[in-house]
This record gives sequence, structure tokens and C-alpha cells, in this order.
Amino acid sequence: MPDTLPADSVGLVTPHKLVFDEPLALDCGRTLPAYELVYETYGELNAERTNAVLICHALSGDHHAAGYHRLDDRKPGWWETCIGPGKPIDTNHFHVVCLNNLGGCKGSTGPMSINPETGKPYGPDFPIVTVRDWVRSQARLAERLGIERWAAVIGGSLGGMQALQWAIDFPERLRHAVVIAAAPKLSAQNIGFNEVARQAIMSDPDFHDGRYYEHGTLPRRGLALARMLGHITYLSDEAMRAKFGRELREGKLNFGFDVEFQVESYLRYQGQSFVEKFDANTYLLMTKALDYFDPAADYDNDLARALARARAEFMVMSFTSDWRFAPSRSREIVKALVDSRKAVSYAEIEAHHGHDAFLMPIPDYLATFAAYMTRVREGRP
Amino acid sequence: MTTLRPELRTIADWIAPGSRVLDLGCGEGTLLAHLRRERQVDGYGLEIDPAKIVRAIDNGINVIQSDLDVGLSEFEDASFDYVVMTQTLQAVHYPDRLLEDMLRVGREGVITFPNFGHWRCRLQLLGGHMPVTASLPHTWYNTPNIHLCTLRDFEELCAEKGFAILERTVADQAHRSTLAMRLLPNLMGEVALYRLRSG
Repeated sequence: MPDTLPADSVGLVTPHKLVFDEPLALDCGRTLPAYELVYETYGELNAERTNAVLICHALSGDHHAAGYHRLDDRKPGWWETCIGPGKPIDTNHFHVVCLNNLGGCKGSTGPMSINPETGKPYGPDFPIVTVRDWVRSQARLAERLGIERWAAVIGGSLGGMQALQWAIDFPERLRHAVVIAAAPKLSAQNIGFNEVARQAIMSDPDFHDGRYYEHGTLPRRGLALARMLGHITYLSDEAMRAKFGRELREGKLNFGFDVEFQVESYLRYQGQSFVEKFDANTYLLMTKALDYFDPAADYDNDLARALARARAEFMVMSFTSDWRFAPSRSREIVKALVDSRKAVSYAEIEAHHGHDAFLMPIPDYLATFAAYMTRVREGRP
Repeated sequence: MTTLRPELRTIADWIAPGSRVLDLGCGEGTLLAHLRRERQVDGYGLEIDPAKIVRAIDNGINVIQSDLDVGLSEFEDASFDYVVMTQTLQAVHYPDRLLEDMLRVGREGVITFPNFGHWRCRLQLLGGHMPVTASLPHTWYNTPNIHLCTLRDFEELCAEKGFAILERTVADQAHRSTLAMRLLPNLMGEVALYRLRSG
């Protein structure tokens, strides 16, 4: 436990909460009468309010993107690698905003919140939210924070999808979109993995059709399985081989079904620790938001046409070993941007880490990201 | 940013103001930055080297990481006014296919390459050695230049493929063009510059 926090960290941070009383009409046809969004900010907003960047989180992320809540926190925020003084998203220059999305389980209104109509937690009755709904709620957050135009909207994976949606839905309200390890829509394989994860949760007897709060249970096994499966898709074959190989925990085969290989131990640990900090209903919602994301669908399935509305400049990045959202998926985005004559740069970062690479301190990645953010900062074309 | 290679000035003269340019093997984006300043062009650079991509981003260029040996299949027909490729043709795996692709994607193509027919190259070959010159500084075992050609070779390929040569200039390293070069381009020109159109 360190007494001091690293110098390149934003340090101690405190989440804020805003209440939104204006109803939010959702893509599913339902309306949230009111909601709360929890968020964090790092770095000073300048007098002209031109240096704000929005960070959008991925499936299991939240508003705590950087820094520490307490001095004895074991780990900093989820994107500490990229956010902080001197880092690519340099808090000496940018005012960084990161929120927990609607439907989340870290403080923003979601399945664990009280449904005003029933006085009980929403649970499975929480409406299915989409990336578009999130972007709409984020736009309202921007209004409340007095940010008319983001210098950049930035995200990895599902977060990158939000950045893309921002550029389409609110073209005048962002100067740059940074889309990392994302895809223009999910493939059948992606949806397939999400469906297995959902089935794992929903078939857990402790799930009780999503009303497990009322039953005083948690679908631990199901959520852990979903996380174990997800985790495999975040890593590359090579990364898993490098990390675990076929290493045995006890150095010998036991001819049983207990944990024998290190990789089994790791996945079980990941699954079990996830259960303590994440809500199963939120997990279900997040996977649906992924499955439904398809901004081209509103434009005759023509992504170039969808993006024709955009005014932002784009930075797209992918990682060679990412098979969840492979570089070819990012290149689909780049092609659509080129076809619609948008300013776009694209880097395919050599990395063995798989999808998780967007969270890792990979020198080429950080250098490319930092170079682009310098451009954002200086307002250069 | 490095100072502009002299040949880039000739290229700039060939590019109509306000046009849309794709620069293959753009490096740090020197040419595109110059064209944007002097000719108000917009467009993209393609580059494979991560370090150069970082510098191109620094230079304000829209750079797309690409392997030219994979071709330009992600670019639509006639989607650019010019596709430019400077000093890169000799380093790609399929120069003929890439040229075809360039002239499919661009209304016109601008290509520069070191002339292997230059007298210094010929002299060194006569002496029994692979040429090492100012425009071809690598030794045979570490050169990226795997498809060297002379002006005559290049023009034969253009004829075979039905490419129309709209303009040709030869120059030396400092980009001077002398009378001798104009009279005997394949012997005296160190660097060849072409502006092409398909058929």
C-alpha cells in the first residue's frame, strides 16, 4: 500500500452525481421519467470551455476511468494507462469527463435503482437501452456541464461505438472522435458469444427471472461463467499461451475436474471476483446494447451514408491480435469514412494482448494516441 | 518537418488546386502537408511504418495504416483526383498491379522512382557490382528496392497496360534538369517523374 500516488496519476478523485428530471424517450419505445448519472472529471475546464473530452466506457466499465478514490485503493481507474498528466489524454490540457452509462450498476440509474412506479428495484423491468440512448443521455450531461462541444469523444470497444454514434447523432457537438478496438456492428459470432453469456446468467437458478434482489440471492455462477467466457474473447490465443501455457497448478495431473491448469484457476478467479462488483441485470443490458448497435441500419445499411452527417475528424485504432473486434472491423469504419470524405487517420497497432490491448501500455499505441490528442489539443486540422 | 525533397515541388506543380489526393507510402506526410498548404488539397496518406505514422499525425496528415502489397481494394473507383506514389514503386511486391490499382482509384497517377538506367548504375554494373548511388543508397542484401526499372522498362509496361503518359520529367538528386537529361533521359536522369492516366 503506497503512501503516495504515482506522479502521473490524476490522484484522488471523487464521483459526482446529477439528477435529470426531464423524461428520456428510449429507442425501445419506453420513457425513463427521471434518472441520475454519476460521473468523474479530471483536469481543469478552460475558460472558453473548449478542452473537454468525453470518455465512454465499455461493457464492464464505469465512470472511474482514472485516479484513486482512496489512498488505499488497490487499483486505479480502468483507463489509468491513457488518462493523466503527461499521458495521451493529458489532464494538464484536457478536462476529462467520464460517466457511468444508464443501465449501469455503479451509481447511474439502472436495474438496481428503485423504480418509482413500484417502489422496488427495477431489476429485469429496466428498459433495454441502446448506444443511441446513451449518447442522448450523455448529450444532456454535456448541457448540464456547460460543454457545448467536446474537443473529443473517446472510447474503446463498446465505448468506441458510442464515439461513432456521437459523431452521427450530434455532428456539431464534437470536434474529434477517437474510436478504438471497435466495430461498426456486431458479427453473428459476437452476438453468439453474448447470447451464451446471457444464457449462463439467465439459467442460473438464483437468477429468479432477474428478481434476485427480492429473493436475496445473486446469480453468482451464471455471472461468473459469463465473465469467464467474455474474458477468453478479450485475450488472444498468443496472450493466453504466454501467460498460462499448459502450466499446472500442482505440477501434475490429478485426473479430476477441480482446477488443474493455471488458466482454469485464472478464469475462475476472474469470474468470482467479477460477481462481487458487477450486477447481472446490467451485464445483460450491456450485451444487448452491443448486439443492437448498428448505426448504418437507419441509413439503408450504408455506413458511409450514416457517417456523411458527421463533422468530426476521426482517429481509428485497432490491435493486430484482437479477434473480438478484429482490425478488419475497424477498417470497415475507416472505409466508410473515406467513402464519405471525412478526415480520418487509422493505426493498426502490433500487439499480442487481444481485445484488452486498448487498456495496455503498448508504446506504439500510446505514441500514436498521444500524437493525435496533441492535434486535438492544438485545434490543428 | 524535413525540408521538401526537390521532386515534391514538381509534383506540386502537376496537382490542380483543391483536388483530392491519395499519397501511397506517404512517410511523415511531407508531400501532403506541402500540397495542403500550396494547393489546398485534401486527402490521405497511406503508410505502413508505425513511427512514420506517428510523425504524420504530428504533421496534421490524415494517415491510414496500410500495406500497399495488399492493394487498394478498400478504395472506390475514381474516388481521388490523383494517386501519388513517390520513390515507392520499386519497393512493392506487385508494381504492375499497384499501378493498375492507382489508376483505377485516381483519375490520374503521379509516380516517381529512381532510374536504374542512369549511367552511374550502368557503370557500376559494368564494373561487376550492384549499383549503390545517392538515389539507391542500399547494398544488395539490405535494400528494400526489389523491383528496380529503367525509364524504358517503365514506359514499356505503361504501353502494355494501356496507360497514357501525360507528362514525364527526369532530374538529378538536387532536381536539376539539364539539357543532357532532356536529350538522353534514360542515361542521364537519376530520378523519373511521370503523370499517367489509364487508357
